[in-house]
Formats: sequence, structure tokens, C-alpha cells
Amino acid sequence: MSDAILDLTAAQAVARIRSGELDRAELWTTYRERALADELNALSWVSDELSAPPVADESPLAGVPVAVKDLFCTAGIPSQAGSKILEGYRPPYTATAVERLTSAGAPLLAKTHQDEFAMGSSTENCAFGPTLNPWDTTRVPGGSSGGSAAAVAAGLAPWAIGTDTGGSIRQPAALCGIVGLKPTYGAVSRYGMIAFASSLDQAGPFTRDVTDAALLLSAMVGRDPCDSTSLGLPEPVALPSATDLRGIRLGVPEELTGEGIEPGVLKAFEATLELARELGATVEPTRLPHAPHALAAYYLIAPAEASSNLARFDGVRYGLREPASDLLGMYTATREAGFGDEVKRRVMLGTYALSSGYYDAYYGKAQKVRTKIAEDFDRAWADFDFIVTPTSPSGAFELGAKTDDPWAMYLNDYCTVPVSLAGLPAISIPNGLADGLPTGFQMAGPAFSENRILDAAHALEKAIGFDGSKARRP
Amino acid sequence: MLSRDQVLHVANLARLGLSEEEIGRMGEELSGVLDHIAKIGELDLDDVAPTSHVIALENVLRADEPRPSLPRDVVLAEAPDPTETGFRVPSPGAGP
Repeated sequence: MSDAILDLTAAQAVARIRSGELDRAELWTTYRERALADELNALSWVSDELSAPPVADESPLAGVPVAVKDLFCTAGIPSQAGSKILEGYRPPYTATAVERLTSAGAPLLAKTHQDEFAMGSSTENCAFGPTLNPWDTTRVPGGSSGGSAAAVAAGLAPWAIGTDTGGSIRQPAALCGIVGLKPTYGAVSRYGMIAFASSLDQAGPFTRDVTDAALLLSAMVGRDPCDSTSLGLPEPVALPSATDLRGIRLGVPEELTGEGIEPGVLKAFEATLELARELGATVEPTRLPHAPHALAAYYLIAPAEASSNLARFDGVRYGLREPASDLLGMYTATREAGFGDEVKRRVMLGTYALSSGYYDAYYGKAQKVRTKIAEDFDRAWADFDFIVTPTSPSGAFELGAKTDDPWAMYLNDYCTVPVSLAGLPAISIPNGLADGLPTGFQMAGPAFSENRILDAAHALEKAIGFDGSKARRP
Repeated sequence: MLSRDQVLHVANLARLGLSEEEIGRMGEELSGVLDHIAKIGELDLDDVAPTSHVIALENVLRADEPRPSLPRDVVLAEAPDPTETGFRVPSPGAGP
């Protein structure tokens, strides 16, 4: 029976619980036992509830439990953002996104490991050890939401949520062979998310398929008085139904689909473009002239915002404190002991970029590049419904392969960062294997085009016919 | 290449302690990343307006009404060195 449960997508489980064919309690127990037996170091905490937490009758998610990235605050439950400086921290309140999922009938099953403060593309920058990729445990799951991606791919949770600042949902989803969606900036409240770069951070779903992504997203979105940058979507998130792409115009930007993309990844991408044509789409090359500068702008803007956000970790109100004889000494010793290498690097980079004499040359210029990138996308929407690229330039790489070269690690975000800087929604769907490892197909659309993206991704997903079951049964 | 003095200046601004080994490594690593970033200097951006927020938002206003906040003991529960009414810290005056 547990194998049969494991074969169900979350939406199928919801439907069967509704029709009385599936016992909610059995679903909870099955996944909780799998979560407790986690061998991937994907999970930082697993619920100690032996029996399924109660959910309201008629709740839209019907009791199908969810795993949540470590950086979402969950009242009374460790919320550490992958950092030693927050080890064991139990917040007094719960993030709005998690609160909404619980109210919609998705109880909290587990928390998931991540790169420290979401800074990384491999989940190796986690103070509690790296997460392993279920397709090949000598390789990384991507990051920063690598624990959420690995947990869903390996069937440790029916679905999960994570956050995406420059690609931290889409890239691990691609490397683990699942669906990841970054909504339009503001679609999901950031209240209770431990902040990395506030003008970019956005929460979204990790799921086995596109229908599950739509269902989970529908329960997360909405305006929140606690986050003044949150927005109501113009229409409710709908479950996708499209089976073809007739009339859909796909733009393939030259800058993000040539040099720097691994041959196997590019081959899988081009095969899916052919499938899209067969489904009725037109596929044309286009230009995003400023996209090659996106990474440089991102690695100024995100560290600058991070250096400001992370000032709150000072040993005063919560988390680690290193004793010292004076206040300044306590701050510097606490932050030296509590932050890992990559966080220190980005705090230094961001502080430098904002410091007197360098602000205009670095941060000011990066914000102007951001304008040019947003304009590139605006021009593209005159001719195209979606911009499509490979999600990540490479498949899952070996543990340790890129940890000594920060820029090589940052290049993982090459195709996802331009979309992030423009605040646009984008999905990554499994795009077959290259050399036995999953690759991802990224589809980005105009602001608030989530429903159209989900529909088109649904049609493509059916045509690609990816089977992820191998990762759930090692 | 960032000098040792520059690294120490930025670390002080960031209230970040660094070991001797980290000071040397940070100079090299930041310089490496800044070399890549310097490419944006090639762009002509003189007449471009900066973007700080991508989705057009009107001012978000609400009535200024008092609401209950967290009880004091809950707020203090995770503090490394709480008193009954606040957060205790070392004296700011005794620094070097």
C-alpha cells in the first residue's frame, strides 16, 4: 500500500482523500516514516506527531502534508536558515505562507536543509551538512532550496515550498527532476521568511508535476497586511488543462542558450523546442541584450541587500552569542563564529559595494542594469508569450566540485538571474536526462502570467513524459 | 586586488571578525568576483533610471490602529542573555 501511496501526485492524493479511497492518516504515516528515514540529509526537522494533525473538513489541500524550507519561521519549531548563528532557534510566530498552507489543509511534515541564508547553488553552504541528490548521492541537489527539491524528488514529502532569489527554486528543481515555480515578485507574502535580498526573495512550490504546483501555489498567494510589497494576483490560480500549444509564441534568447551551456543540457532543451513546435507553438530566436550583465548586477544587488538584512544577527535578541568584554567585540566575535564562508564573502562584498566612494560605481550601476534587463523583457513580450531557456547551464555536479571557485558556483544562476532581476514569474519543468542526470526547461512570462505559464508547462510536461520514479525508489 | 587595509575597513563596517587566514583569502576571493563584476562598467548607463522595485506599486497605506503585540516573555525567550525586562549586552564603552 505504501508503494501505491508513493505513486500518487499530491493532487491525486487530495482527490482520493475526498472520494474516500485514501485514508489521510495512512498518507501522513507513510510520508512521516519516509521522512524519518531520510538518508540524503534533506530534512532539518521532522514532525513528532504520530498521527495526522487535524484539518478542517472541505479544506482544499485535504490533509496532504508539506515540507518547508528551514528559513520559513515556524512557531516553536527550529527555523535556522541553514546557519550556525540560528542553530536551534524557535521563532515566536509562523510565516504567512506556511500559515496559509496549514489553514488550507497542508499540515507541516518537515523542515528542509538549505544553503546558509539561501546563499548558494548546491546546499553545500549549510551549517548542518550538505544535502545529497537522490539521482546520484555523490552529487549536489542544487540550491539554495536543495533540501526541499531532494525531499520531493525522493518521495520524503508529497510536495514542498522554498524560496527563489536568483534561481534557488528553479535550479534545484531542475537538478532533482521535479517542478519548481518562482511566482511574480509580491505574489506570496515574505512575512516570516528570514530575509536574504528583500527586493528579489520570493516563495514558491516544489512539486512532482505542474498540476501540483498550481494547487500548492493557489493556497500560498495573496495580499498580506504584514508585507507591504505583497500583491493580490489579478485572478485566482487555476489548475492547468491545456494539452497543446497552438498560438503560443516562444522566444529563445541567444544570450542564454549558447556558450556556457553544457552540450547534453542544450541537446535536451532543443529536443523540447521541437516538441513545442509539434504541439503548435512557434519558436523563434530573440535577444535579451543585457542578460549577459545580469549576473554581475545580481551579485552586487543581492549581497548589498543581504549585508543590510544580516545586520540583525548580532547576538543580542536571538541566536548565537560569543562572549566578549565590550559590545563591538561581542558583535564581531558572534558574527565571525556564527556565519559560514559564503555568508561572510557576501556580507563583505555587499558592504564594500555600498561603502562610501564605491556606491555609484557598483550598487548604483547595478540598479541601472536592472532597469535595462527589465526593458529587454518588456520588449520581448511584444513578440512572445514566453521566454524559454535551459534552467541551469549544467546537470547536478559532484560535491565539492565548485566550492573553491565562487564565480564558477555563481554561473549556475546564469539563466535564472535575469528573470529574477525583472521580478517575473518562471517555472522549471523536468526536461529529461543528460548523462543520466535530470535537466530543466525554464519558461518565463510577463508579471502575473502564472496561469498561462502553468497551462503551457502542463501541455509540454505531458509531451515530455518524464518519469521521476527512479529517484523515489533507490 | 583589495589590500589588507581595505579588507579590514570593510570587515569593520560589517561588524565581522575575520581570522588572519580569512583576511588573506577574502582579499583574493573578493577581488576575483569584482573582476567579473567590473564588466558592467562597459555599459553606457548615464541616462538610465535605477530600479529598486520591479513591480509598480502605489503607496501602501493603512489606518494607524494599535494591535496586540507579542508578550514580553515570548519576545525574550530566545535571547542569549535576557533580563526580566530586556536584552542584556556588554558595555559599549570598554572597547579598544
